[in-house]
Amino acid sequence: MTEQTASLWASFQHWLYRKNMGGRLTTLMFFLPPALVLFTLFVFLPVSEAFYYSFFKWKGLSAISESGTWVGLKNYSQVLGHSVFHTAVLNTLKLILISLLIQLPIAMAIALMVAEQSRLNALFRLVYFLPFILADVVAGLIWRYVYDGDYGLVGQISRMLGSEGFYPLADRDTAFYAIMVVVIWKYTGYHMMIYIAGLQGIPKDMLEAAKLDGANWWQTIVKIKLPLIKHAIQLSVFFSIIGALQFFEMIIPLTNGGPSNSSHTIVTYLYQYGIVRMKVGFGSSVGVMLFVTCVLFAFMYQKFVMTRD
Amino acid sequence: MTELTSHRTASELADQSLIRPRKVMSLPRVLRLAFLFASSAFVLIPFYATVLGGFKTTGELRTQPFALPQTWDLTYYKQILSDPALWNMMWNSLLYSGLTIFFTMLIASMVAFTFSHIHFFGKKYAYSYLITGMMFPAAVAILSLFIKIRDFGLLDTTAGVVLPQIAFGLAMSVLFFKSFFEQLPKEIFEAAMVDGCGYTRFFFKVVIPLSTPILATVGVFLLVGSWNSYIMPLILLNSPEKYPWTLGLMQFRGQYNVEWNLVLGYITVTIIPAIVFFLLAQRYIVAGLGQGAVKG
Repeated sequence: MTEQTASLWASFQHWLYRKNMGGRLTTLMFFLPPALVLFTLFVFLPVSEAFYYSFFKWKGLSAISESGTWVGLKNYSQVLGHSVFHTAVLNTLKLILISLLIQLPIAMAIALMVAEQSRLNALFRLVYFLPFILADVVAGLIWRYVYDGDYGLVGQISRMLGSEGFYPLADRDTAFYAIMVVVIWKYTGYHMMIYIAGLQGIPKDMLEAAKLDGANWWQTIVKIKLPLIKHAIQLSVFFSIIGALQFFEMIIPLTNGGPSNSSHTIVTYLYQYGIVRMKVGFGSSVGVMLFVTCVLFAFMYQKFVMTRD
Repeated sequence: MTELTSHRTASELADQSLIRPRKVMSLPRVLRLAFLFASSAFVLIPFYATVLGGFKTTGELRTQPFALPQTWDLTYYKQILSDPALWNMMWNSLLYSGLTIFFTMLIASMVAFTFSHIHFFGKKYAYSYLITGMMFPAAVAILSLFIKIRDFGLLDTTAGVVLPQIAFGLAMSVLFFKSFFEQLPKEIFEAAMVDGCGYTRFFFKVVIPLSTPILATVGVFLLVGSWNSYIMPLILLNSPEKYPWTLGLMQFRGQYNVEWNLVLGYITVTIIPAIVFFLLAQRYIVAGLGQGAVKG
C-alpha cells in the first residue's frame, strides 16, 4: 500500500467515524431499508406495473411477454366507452355529493349537540361511533337483512303500512340511495368525532366572551365555532371524498353492483370487470385512472384548500 | 300591602327564573334530546335486530323482526359456536392482524425516527415517497399486486397477506410517529448523546417507552384495519382454511342464503370481539382522530 492510499484510507476512516457518531450510519442502515424496501415492493412497483399492464390484453396466466398482447390505449377507450363505467363514475360522484351535502352537516349538527362533556353526551357519542368499527362487509350484510322485503325490518314496516314486500335493493331507482343510507349510518359518527375533537379545542373564554357580547347560539356557531374548527372540517371533507373514491366493500353484500349494474362504484366496477374476470390489463387501466384521480385530488386539495397558518 | 305582594311576586319570579332552566325543559332542549334519541335508535336498531335474530326461528324472524324472541332459542348460536371453521377463521384473523400490527409499528417507528432525529441526504424525498401511500387505496394496484405475490410464490401464504398489508399501512403510521417523535423534548436527545448513548439505543430505550400513547393509537387503527380487511385476503388467498373471518362470513352467507337467523347469529359472534375491543380502546381511537383535527 503506497503512502498516498494509506492516508486516503485513513482520512476515509476518519470521515466515516465522524459521520457515524452515535452509530448514525449504522442506525440508518438498519432503520431505513425495511420500510423503503417493503413500500417499494408492494406499493410502488405494483402501481408502476399497473401503468405498464394497462396497455396489454392479458389474462395473467403466464408471463406477460408470452400471453400478453400490446393493445395500446384500447383498454382505456373501452373503459371510457362502457356505459356501466359511466354509471359507476356517476354513482361515485353522487356519493361524494351526498356525503358533503347531507352526511357532513348531520355529523356537524350532532357534534355541536354532544360536544359538551357530560355522561349522557359521552353515551351518545359512543352510540354514533359504534358502526364505524364494523367491517364494511358486515355493515353491508346487516343492512342487507334490514332491507330484506321478506324477512327484514323494511319488510315488516312495509307490511305494517299495508303494502306487500318493498325491496329497496332490488329496485334500480332506489338501490344506490339505499346504499348511501348505510354509508351515512356507518360513517357519520366518524366525522362527528373529528368535529368534536376540534370543538373541544376551542378556548372556553372565547365562547364566554361571545355570550357577554350578546351573541345568540346561531351566531356563536357561525361566527366562532365553525371558523375555529376549519381544519377539522377540511380534514373530514378530504376523508369523505377519498373514502367515496375507494368505496367498495359494503356494496358486495348489499347489491354486488346490481340490479342490472345500476349500483356500481369505480372500485366495484374494477372488481367486477377486472378482478373477477381476471382481465389484468383492463382492470389495471381502471386502477390507473383511479390512482391518477386520487393523487391529483390529494395534491390539489393540499395546495388550494388545506391552508397552513 | 300592594307593594309587599308585588315585591313577593317579583322575588318569586326571580326564583323561578333561576330554577326554571333546570327543572322545566326548554323547547330547544326537548327538541335536541328528541333528535338525539331518535337518531341513536336509528343507529342501534340494526344492531338490536341482528343480535336477536340469531335467537329466532326463521318463521318468527319473518313475522316479528322487531320483537324480543318468544323463546330464546339457542340452537342456532350453538350450531355456529361449535363449528370449528369459525374458530379457525378467528384465529387466522388474529394471526394476520397480530403480525401486521407488530411489524408495521416496528418498521414505521424506526423509519419515522430517522426522519425526526437523524439528518441525512434525501430525507425529504424518502419521507414524501412513503407518505404518498396515503393518497390512494390498495385497490388501484390490486391486480398487479396479485401478479407480484404470485411471482414471489407467496400466494395463499401468511406472508403473502401480511407483507402487502404492512406496506399499505406504513404511510399513515409513519405520519403519526414522525409528528409525535418531533414533539419529544430536544433536551432528552442531547443529554443522551452527551452520555454516549447511540441512536439505536436511544430509540429503543428512550423514544419507544416515551411513545406509548401514539403506539396505542396507531396500533388501534392498524388493528381495526387489518381485522376488518377483506379485499387483500380475498385476492391473495385460495384455501378456505386460511380465510380470515371476513371472507368466512361472506362464504357462510353464500351457503345459508335465506337462513337469516344463522347468518345474523354468525355476524353477532364475529362482531363481538370488535365491539368489546372498541369499548376498551375508544380512548385511543378518539385521541387519534383528535390529533389530526386539533393540530393546525
